[in-house]
Amino acid sequence: MAGAEATTSTTGERRGAGRADEAAGRSGAWFPRWYWPSFTVPGTAWLLVLFVLPFYTVMSVAFGTVDPLFRTPLPVYQPWWWSFDTFGETLRKFYAGDAIYQEPLLRTFLYVISASLLCLVIGYAVAYYTARYAGRFRIVILITLVAPFFISYLMRIYAWQSLLQPDGYINDVWGLVGDPVTWLAGRPVTVILGLVYGYIPFMILPLYGSLDRIDQSMLEAGRDLGAGPWQTFRRVTLPMSKPAILAGLVIVSLPMFGDYYTNDLLGSERTSMLGNVIDDAVSQSGRGPEAGSLTIVLMLIVVIPMIYYLRETRRAAGHA
Amino acid sequence: MSDTVLDRVAEGVSSKATPSRGLRNPWRKPWGLRLVTIGYLAWSVLPVVIAVIFSFNSGRSRSTWQGFSLRWWTQDPFNSLFNDPSLRAAMFQSLKLSLLTVLIAVPLGTAFAIGIDRWHGRPARGSNFLMLLSFVVPEMILGVSLFLLFTQLLQGLGLSGTPAQILGLVTFQMSYAVVIVRARMLSIGPEYEEAAMDLGATPGRSIRRVLLPLLAPAILASVAVVFADSIDNFVIVRYLSGSADSEPLSVKIYSAARGSPTPAVNAAATVMLLATVGAVVVGYLLYRAFSKGQRGDDVTSIASQV
Repeated sequence: MAGAEATTSTTGERRGAGRADEAAGRSGAWFPRWYWPSFTVPGTAWLLVLFVLPFYTVMSVAFGTVDPLFRTPLPVYQPWWWSFDTFGETLRKFYAGDAIYQEPLLRTFLYVISASLLCLVIGYAVAYYTARYAGRFRIVILITLVAPFFISYLMRIYAWQSLLQPDGYINDVWGLVGDPVTWLAGRPVTVILGLVYGYIPFMILPLYGSLDRIDQSMLEAGRDLGAGPWQTFRRVTLPMSKPAILAGLVIVSLPMFGDYYTNDLLGSERTSMLGNVIDDAVSQSGRGPEAGSLTIVLMLIVVIPMIYYLRETRRAAGHA
Repeated sequence: MSDTVLDRVAEGVSSKATPSRGLRNPWRKPWGLRLVTIGYLAWSVLPVVIAVIFSFNSGRSRSTWQGFSLRWWTQDPFNSLFNDPSLRAAMFQSLKLSLLTVLIAVPLGTAFAIGIDRWHGRPARGSNFLMLLSFVVPEMILGVSLFLLFTQLLQGLGLSGTPAQILGLVTFQMSYAVVIVRARMLSIGPEYEEAAMDLGATPGRSIRRVLLPLLAPAILASVAVVFADSIDNFVIVRYLSGSADSEPLSVKIYSAARGSPTPAVNAAATVMLLATVGAVVVGYLLYRAFSKGQRGDDVTSIASQV
């Protein structure tokens, strides 16, 4: 009994001592309590004013009204006076009556999903080759893989727009096998490939990072246990790169959901996406509340993948 | 046979990541993958190279080559990049926006990264979450929200145009600096400043003399990344431009691409390309100079966080 008490008290003491050590080691001992938090104040304040407040404004505009005379939005800043009429009306345009937003929404999902999967298939092959077999070309390949990050997205899509002109080089090559094609007349293929071209670098780098970190002995173990190349890939490499695959899919699809410029340059009305619908509403007068409502719809679509991504990165940081 | 053995030895020397392959054939070089990779690299780079070449086209077309000239750069008295007043103004606007954004976003982001790494209180998590949220939020959402903020709630402040563009760019880019500097903080650990303070330095001095020099490579990397991203930014800057006077090159290229662009647009895009590549190369060289002899992340690991 007494022995047990003694043990608890020593462990208690030890634990207390441990905590004190930890506190000292964790740089709390010499610095005033407010010292480190004060570093984060300017950045946090900036985000509160220019990141949180704008979202509040979006809601105030979406749940407000329009000036009957000047057609300018009349935001309502008091949440208790918010009216959800325009928002409800906007939502109905996705499914009821003419459902004019239904097609853009379905198209958005179709394009984003197919483009993301294409990014994954092509990106995985490239990342896999670079991580495993690039050899002495590794640096050259890596620089080429990183380069698109520093080339304006607009320039890259503009470059394709030029190549795909009726008298462009793509048709010159295509002409060898078939009739010239009007690539830019609202063809889903063109827009999807444009999205793949635009966002695939964001897929390749995390995949490369993950594949490069896989310990070679894991693969050798798989082979020693009698697995062939395909089986080793399926049962060792693929499961180990799963977090990077999911992160890559999220990181390429998030901006695609809000993309309107790819379709503006490479497509037409017939391929317009949710981003185009929002951009139209923002640029036309008298549609302020609708633009706000559509932005809220976009936010609702991306919020789940966004939170998922943040949780995964935090978990990964915790393991590091 | 002897060729393949030599190959294998050469590879074992040149790349630590190449698995030591057995003698059985299934583990041979994957020609299919090599083909896909080469194809991808060509697909990725060629269109941009062709667009740059076409800035030297002598005709009006950006898709049919009609001979070399500097017409769209300097020679045409009205429509060339350096003689068209609106394109010239746009070049300066791009430069102004990205320089000012770097000047604000990098110090804010660096301070935030230092604070959030050392502060373990509960509110720290909230601040950090907010920062990461601004890192992943689609630009479209942020652009529309800021547009409504500046045209509705803060309409009276008259910030539309350059001030609004800079405020918006800083909001979007600050998190990039935070992510890059934070990664460096994690690899440094708190030991160095603590040692400095054991030796009698004040907290402020230990940061200035010890921590900031250690962070210099990461700060430089974020300067390069933020500068390059701000020059290329288009979504946010377009919504906040207010009038044609404050449209930078990226917005001019977008508007021109929807109309009937001349190779002057290719020249404008080439200037942006040179500016970003220049920033990255200079940043990388300084980074190498500063991080000599220090352990730490190489440029690819930083790029993969961006």
